[in-house]
Amino acid sequence: MHSTAEYDLECDQVSKHFGSVRAVDDVSFVIPKGSFFSILGPSGCGKTTLMRMIAGFEQPSSGDIRIKGRSVISTPPNRRNVKMVFQHLALFPMMNVYENIAYGLRCSGASKDVIRAKVHDVLERISLPDVANREITQLSGGQKQRIAIARCMVLDPDVLLLDEPLGALDLKLREAMKIELKLLQHQFDTTFVYITHDQSEALVMSDHVAIMNGGKFVQIGTPQELYHKPAAAFVAGFVGHTNRWAGRVSRVESGEVEVATDGGLSLRGIVRGTVSPQVGDIVNAYVRPEFITAQRSAGHNPQADAGQNTIEGRVDSILFNGANSRVLVKNRAGELIEADVVLTGDEQDLKPKDEVILSWPVAQTLSFKD
Amino acid sequence: MQKDIKRLSFLLLFAPFALWITLLIILPHLGMLHISLREKVAPRVYEFGFGNYLNFFNEPIYWNTLLRTGSMSLLVTLLALILGFPIAYYIAKIAGRRARGALFLMCLIPLWVSDLIRAFGWILLMRETGVISNTLQWAGVINAPIEFLYNDATVIMGLVYTTILFMIVPLVSTLDGMDDAMIEAGYNLGGNGPTVLRRIIIPYAMPGIVSGCIVVFMLTAGSYLTPILLGGKNSSWFTEQIYDQFITRYNWEAGAAFGFVLLAFTSLVIWGGLKLTGQTLNTTVARS
Amino acid sequence: MAIKPSIIFLTGYRIYVVAFFVFLAAPLVGAGMFAFNDSMFPSLPWRGFTMDWFFNDTEPKLGMFHDRRLMRGLYYSFVIASCVSMLSVFVGTCNAFLFVRYKFPAKDFLYIVMVVPLVIPGVILGISILLVASTIANGAAATLSLELDFLRPGIVLVVLGQFSFITTITSLVVIARLKKFDVSLEEAAFNLGASRVRVLRTITLPFLFPAMAAAGIVAFLVSFENFNTTLFLVGSEAPLTITMYDRMVKVGSTPVLNAVSFFLMVGSALLALVSVLVQRSKPLT
Repeated sequence: MHSTAEYDLECDQVSKHFGSVRAVDDVSFVIPKGSFFSILGPSGCGKTTLMRMIAGFEQPSSGDIRIKGRSVISTPPNRRNVKMVFQHLALFPMMNVYENIAYGLRCSGASKDVIRAKVHDVLERISLPDVANREITQLSGGQKQRIAIARCMVLDPDVLLLDEPLGALDLKLREAMKIELKLLQHQFDTTFVYITHDQSEALVMSDHVAIMNGGKFVQIGTPQELYHKPAAAFVAGFVGHTNRWAGRVSRVESGEVEVATDGGLSLRGIVRGTVSPQVGDIVNAYVRPEFITAQRSAGHNPQADAGQNTIEGRVDSILFNGANSRVLVKNRAGELIEADVVLTGDEQDLKPKDEVILSWPVAQTLSFKD
Repeated sequence: MQKDIKRLSFLLLFAPFALWITLLIILPHLGMLHISLREKVAPRVYEFGFGNYLNFFNEPIYWNTLLRTGSMSLLVTLLALILGFPIAYYIAKIAGRRARGALFLMCLIPLWVSDLIRAFGWILLMRETGVISNTLQWAGVINAPIEFLYNDATVIMGLVYTTILFMIVPLVSTLDGMDDAMIEAGYNLGGNGPTVLRRIIIPYAMPGIVSGCIVVFMLTAGSYLTPILLGGKNSSWFTEQIYDQFITRYNWEAGAAFGFVLLAFTSLVIWGGLKLTGQTLNTTVARS
Repeated sequence: MAIKPSIIFLTGYRIYVVAFFVFLAAPLVGAGMFAFNDSMFPSLPWRGFTMDWFFNDTEPKLGMFHDRRLMRGLYYSFVIASCVSMLSVFVGTCNAFLFVRYKFPAKDFLYIVMVVPLVIPGVILGISILLVASTIANGAAATLSLELDFLRPGIVLVVLGQFSFITTITSLVVIARLKKFDVSLEEAAFNLGASRVRVLRTITLPFLFPAMAAAGIVAFLVSFENFNTTLFLVGSEAPLTITMYDRMVKVGSTPVLNAVSFFLMVGSALLALVSVLVQRSKPLT
């Protein structure tokens, strides 16, 4: 299909109200051709409603949805060239694999020969050439997943929607399917819109991720941008692991703030978010564990480095997890702080009750005024 | 567009339901109410009045029959519950997986066989020249044939037989939904058999119990064939009175009034039962 | 169960269960076995095995398959049961969609209304329908001099009378199945480009089919064996149960009635088996 439109999918100020509840509130975004786009948010944030509007199962209260530049608001769901992989896959149990994949082609009135050729072609592409005559109940979880995708892809959709399809799989298979999905997307070169509440799925697979909360898009960006340059406190707290301090601004100076925390610490950080804080404002400061270094204090006092925040504490417990191990440090105010450590297994490793000094760069102390 | 289709399909689906309920349930009952409220004052001349109902209350034989039907139906319901509960419990909780399905199906067997054939079977077994009487004579327990038919005990037994599966089916489905861990926890926390039964199992099964009781009571009070065939001419079942007024005496007004009295009476008993157990129709019969 | 009740208790319990099933089987055995007794009366003593009560074609031991009136009764029963079964499955399926898929005012109340016909005594259903049908027919005859024969006792009224409460049974069966249906299957089919009619034909109805078939079989059997409601609405075309009743009360029973009973029991058992197999045939979802 030839189209001059630059974007496969555009949503323009889309809203959906259920009574007084704004499930989706003024959401606008565009998805470039052939990209993997994820919508990430906690459950109940409105992402499923948004997806159902794109598929045509719900009618937006206001706004416009365009596919390949053409508005589909008045197009019924069975006429939209947007296909969907359902949360529980919704493979038809009364049909075998071949019939499942052929279903959409039959609906569009394709001839028998075309159907046979296309079904076998798509089965090749998902590397399951021999399952055509199996019943759905005879497939493994991962195979079902791929059949559900094939059933949509055989119709050459403009956009493929995926509604948390990995949720029902066990951990190992889920990890494998993440990579597989990414590869499939490359292979088919179709725009995937992936909905999930699992951030690792979104970060690993996507070209772009939209963070959704309370019916609104909070931030859209690449996974790296979201992780390292969160535009809002919600993003900083939701994406990845982080330590958080609440406090009052005691000094403001060219993009930097000094925060007096509720626990009596004084931290310096850089300002993030849309609102610039003034002295006396309440802010939240976020620091990721991988930027905090923990060292045994060994008697000497911490040097006041201009670019660093430092605090003293005592190791409360070790959270061993191989390469992702952490320590939980309790500071004087009784707050627990997480820091990444390397545990090699020898005598030098930190142990509970060790006195430590934690330090991290001011530039990694992200302060938001909510 | 979408909304119009939805509305149209709703109307198309609602129409059969509405036709069925209004034409075959509501209209006939209204018609029956209407006829029951007119009195024959002369051939082909009728007057509005409660005469048919007054007639019912003035004639002790009528309301005695109703009370007898009601109390015997309650007894049948109680017996069906007492006899059926252990069976339902056995099927739902004690029998093995395979035996469970088979036993459940066996409980349903009488459902597949006509009332008439079941009653016919009992007659052949229990009459003076029947199998039981013959066998007992052959075994030397009795020395002259005994007639087991045409007494209240036989009628009650026949009714329990006919209706007990309507008690067992809802009980099995409620008990089946009960987590075995609940019973185990009951024992684990120091309960013994009777307390676990009284404090845990019965309260849990209450919707099933009430649902079964309602259906059994209604079926018993409205049954016709079993009391007639097993109880003979003097079984004095209320449906017989209705039949008698309609078919034998051709007095439709009185028959219709009797029909309503039966409906009102059974509804009243069920309403009372629901109030007593704190259940509603929604939690019992209408629960599917 | 985790707690092992005492052996004595369990044995007693088992004996009770066995006794109960013997009780359930007793009248059926009683009604069935005399079909094979080579005697003029359905009672002991046993005079030897015979199939005469099924196949013999001469009086006095006229077998059921040669008894004109019984065969006609069987035929009418079959016609009535087929009509009731088709009608009630159709309306029951509509009701299932209505109550599972739609929200409307007074839904809970109307649901109870739908269940009620099952507990109205059959005698009352029969007479109330008879009354209204006759009133309308009489009215039409007197004022419009119109003869509405179908409102006189006969096959149509019997079908309507049985339909009036059997529909509740079929509705409940289909509703239970439809409730288990995963709506996302329908959405997936829409999403793949199917029209509404196609979705119904290829997805929803195939899923409902086992329940509809089972409901149809149950409706057929209940109709076949119904007596109370039919008694009041029957015209000259008497179905089998009515014919048998007349025979029992007026003529006195010969073993031919046992033969009919046996035949019906076997027929019902086969149908019941079919319904179980249909329900189990494909483990869907």
